[in-house]
Amino acid sequence: MAKSFRDSLEAGFTITAEIPPPKSVSFPKSIEVAKKVAGKVAGLNVTDNQRGMMRMSSMAFSHILLGVGCDPVWQICCRDRNRLALQSDLLGASALGIKNVCVMTGDYPTLGDNPGAKAVYDLDAVQLMKLTDGFSNGKDIRGGVMKNHPDFFVGGVVNPFYEPIELELLKLQKKVNAGAKFFQTQPFFDIESVDTFLEQAKPSGAKMLIGVTPIKSMKMLKFLNENVLTKPIPDGVSKRIEFASDQMMEGLKISAEFINGIRDRVDGAHIMPINQVASLPLLLDMVEEGNGA
Amino acid sequence: MVYNAPAMIITKKKDFEEILFAIGDTRSLFLLGCGDCATLCKTGGEPELKEMSQKLVAKGIAVTGTAVVPAACHELDTKRVLRKHKDEVDKAQAVLALICGAGVQSVGDNTDKPAYSGCDSLFIGNSKRQLHYYEKCSACGECVLNDTAGLCPETRCPKSLLNGPCGGAVGGKCEVNSENLCVWIDIYNRLKKAGKLENLLLKISAPKDNSGLAKPQKLELKREPGR
Ligand code: SF4
Ligand code: SF4
Repeated sequence: MAKSFRDSLEAGFTITAEIPPPKSVSFPKSIEVAKKVAGKVAGLNVTDNQRGMMRMSSMAFSHILLGVGCDPVWQICCRDRNRLALQSDLLGASALGIKNVCVMTGDYPTLGDNPGAKAVYDLDAVQLMKLTDGFSNGKDIRGGVMKNHPDFFVGGVVNPFYEPIELELLKLQKKVNAGAKFFQTQPFFDIESVDTFLEQAKPSGAKMLIGVTPIKSMKMLKFLNENVLTKPIPDGVSKRIEFASDQMMEGLKISAEFINGIRDRVDGAHIMPINQVASLPLLLDMVEEGNGA
Repeated sequence: MVYNAPAMIITKKKDFEEILFAIGDTRSLFLLGCGDCATLCKTGGEPELKEMSQKLVAKGIAVTGTAVVPAACHELDTKRVLRKHKDEVDKAQAVLALICGAGVQSVGDNTDKPAYSGCDSLFIGNSKRQLHYYEKCSACGECVLNDTAGLCPETRCPKSLLNGPCGGAVGGKCEVNSENLCVWIDIYNRLKKAGKLENLLLKISAPKDNSGLAKPQKLELKREPGR
């Protein structure tokens, strides 16, 4: 296996990507993608019933990815499990060889496909980070000594477009105080905003991986603008997609250029290929070819 | 009338069909309401008892009598009213209580007749004006209001987050229900105004201790001598 996610982040610019676990027990396409990108990304995030949509356990899929040579970044959210279950999973994941944990609150169940599910949130993201960090330092939830303890690289998420940003930055600092070492952000589409955010987040001292989402079509661009993003996608990007003969290819090209454009400014990039995981190998090739650099 | 707006147990009426299904082949009922919360929620006051009687009679079910308990969660009150209406209660096969769940059980624990529930109990509500109710406290057992500028994240944040907001608010509105402001943004604004933002930043709130909250809870105070 190539360098671990943690070592890569220490060494320099690091690329991670996100892959959702399947909603089935047979998933040859996901495995094919994972094998192709194994040497090209330092870590592969495995989402945890993202947006409240039921999928295979993120721990199980992380373990499967380990088996094909990837270093999984196991996402774990607070929505579905109480503290007993979370602690058991932390031990289980570590024993399975999972080394990176990305902790988040988790979207509320009513947003997903099991709207009647009981929302747990027994711990919040800060408390879970603190607990995970404690485990990694040989301390159990009560501060007692834990022998043969896990050693996790703990991280989280941050929303650079949150308003008021001061509140999000306070929370970022709190997460750092709770033991988080790296953060992955919502997608950016212009370098100027990246610079502004990095300046704001600098005092936290945490490693930042800037979110990147390739735009597949004008339809997707409109959807993101209307439903997901708080800051609209810049005109320059919209124009390029709109007038491209192949919108999907243009979207990948824009992302590759963007990643190469931020290389010297930040710790890494985190690719979230919404509905186009299959394009991930191509995008990574384009990044390697130095698009836009 | 002076409008009285206390915090209370908020109820809503069950569907009439659901009530009919629950009472099954019961042919006679005594109806009870509550003069407190259920009256203010318009689920179990005099007018609702009258309306329910008419509907039942139209279905061929006899109503042997009706009464409104001043406050049905006060079990002695409930017992007294049931005793006062003993003859009518005796004539009925069961009691239908248009009261919160606590009240229905007050009734059931103080009569031999089966007690059916005509309402769904929702939450402890504050009211700003008549018939508008808002959940602000869920009796969590460890009040954090002193740390959160007097706004309850346990109740007013759907995720009950104690260490600041999730990242999901859009335009200051909660990701779960865009009709509500994100309470954490409110807390932030209040703390900022009071110059106490460090409360948010420095203190990591510990996980809540639920060990004392096993249901059912009780509180039995001793009288202090001379009081
Ligand atoms: S923290 Fe909230 S729910 Fe708990 S007692 Fe205080 S107001 Fe009520
Ligand atoms: S948006 Fe605010 S109130 Fe809503 S769940 Fe998130 S933190 Fe809680």
